[in-house]
Amino acid sequence: MPAIDPVFIVQIALIVVVFHALLLSAAGMVWAERKVAARLQQRFGPTLVGPAGLLQPFADVLKLFFKEELRPKAADKILFHIAPIISAMTAFLAFCVVPFGPPSTFFGLLDKPVPLYVADVPVAVLVIFAVASMGVYGIVLAGWSSNSKYSLLGGLRSSAQMISYELSYGMALAAVLVLANSLSLQETVNAQAGYWHLFGVPVAPRWFVFVQPIGFFVFMTAGIAETNRAPFDFPEAEQELVAGYHTEYSSMSFALFFLAEYVNMVTVSAVATNLYLGGWHLQPLPEWLGIVWWFLKLSTLLFFYLWLRWTLPRYRYDQLMQFGWKFLLPLSVVNLLVTAAGVLYFGL
Amino acid sequence: MAFDAVLFYLFAALAVGASLLVIGQRNPVYSVLLLIASFAALAGLYVLLDAPFAAVTQMIVYAGAIMVLFLFVVMLLNVPREDAAEWDRSHPLNRPGAMRFGAVLAGLLLLELSWAVWHVSTRQPMALSETSPGSVASVAAIGRSIFTDYAFPFEATSVLILVAMVGAVILARRGQGLE
Repeated sequence: MPAIDPVFIVQIALIVVVFHALLLSAAGMVWAERKVAARLQQRFGPTLVGPAGLLQPFADVLKLFFKEELRPKAADKILFHIAPIISAMTAFLAFCVVPFGPPSTFFGLLDKPVPLYVADVPVAVLVIFAVASMGVYGIVLAGWSSNSKYSLLGGLRSSAQMISYELSYGMALAAVLVLANSLSLQETVNAQAGYWHLFGVPVAPRWFVFVQPIGFFVFMTAGIAETNRAPFDFPEAEQELVAGYHTEYSSMSFALFFLAEYVNMVTVSAVATNLYLGGWHLQPLPEWLGIVWWFLKLSTLLFFYLWLRWTLPRYRYDQLMQFGWKFLLPLSVVNLLVTAAGVLYFGL
Repeated sequence: MAFDAVLFYLFAALAVGASLLVIGQRNPVYSVLLLIASFAALAGLYVLLDAPFAAVTQMIVYAGAIMVLFLFVVMLLNVPREDAAEWDRSHPLNRPGAMRFGAVLAGLLLLELSWAVWHVSTRQPMALSETSPGSVASVAAIGRSIFTDYAFPFEATSVLILVAMVGAVILARRGQGLE
């Protein structure tokens, strides 16, 4: 029997671990969302199932499993079932190129360090962008195939919103790529090791957020719009569209949309952590703490997501378009120009 | 090597099959979706050619952006299924002139295709480029050649797109007192 390369086993294990960690993180986010919402509204949130209501999301999933799967008579049979699958699939797919820690030997278990991501793609940043732009099809098709007014309106809004904010999202990404001079997330993170120096004195960790505050703002805003979260949750605006694109969905196919939304939030936050917040780098701490540190940064961004949802009301639709095309896009283009000029003339 | 070949035939069959189904469909939404599938298969072929940048760009620009717009328009106009009987009776493409023109075009395409197949089979395989594939170097190489060697075609394309845009705006504004 030929010896199996332990690195190979670790790679397989990574796939399994990342997939389940994402599933768990979605459950965690559901719980966190309900807790944060409750706290912001001076309530307690879920308390009954498990300690501090921690098992509530699992109880919800169990309930959804036993619900009847309904399909409207006039719905398009094939697309109605494919739509939630596309949504969930693209959500999980995007995360596979995101590194989440420094290359590790797992405390000397392996001979040589294994990088902590599922797939090594030289154009990782663009892959995330491409997969994100695929994700909209799930929502649009759900809206169309349901054959209901509210769903269709939700789907239409979603595609219009995606097209509008994708440009700013890409422009913000491009500015970081110019700074890091790389398309690989791994190298972008490593470009942020060390400190920013002002007159020879280290003043701040070498995170790109300190030279790209505008880029970070644009990225997060467009990211929130791309994941259809409040204040940009037009595709499912409850007060106007019942539940938007997933009005006609029930049981697990609804749960897949729900899952996709939370996994997408995690992915956007993880990419932001890697591109702007220095990934796993924090100088004085030992390197194996990188994963913990990376996770803390990610959690902060995710909390910010929840905080925002329960603080800001939804925009009006015309405001959404105005904001995207007349403010965010010009801002991101100017940001890219200034960044490129800075790199070219001052060698940032 | 053999695995690459299997993947090539898989993607190629997918691309051709999906493209054929695009024009074989009566439901426009399905046509759009099959076109996306065809683009995705093309992107797979680019990856096999060691051009991940081209593949990802294909996905972002065509499958991601342009096809979302297509789908948006199809859904917004709520284009009905093409009704075969009515289509046969009243469509302008069904007049004999248009049919003959289409037949000539199809013949030309077939000729060109067979010429290309013959040409490829007799030509020496091209040497691989020096730049390491997929790295930033190859992206930089693409950018440099677009703005130096191929500057004229590149700019000409942008003018072409501008013309299309101006045309679309004029068509949309016609009848609103802007004649």
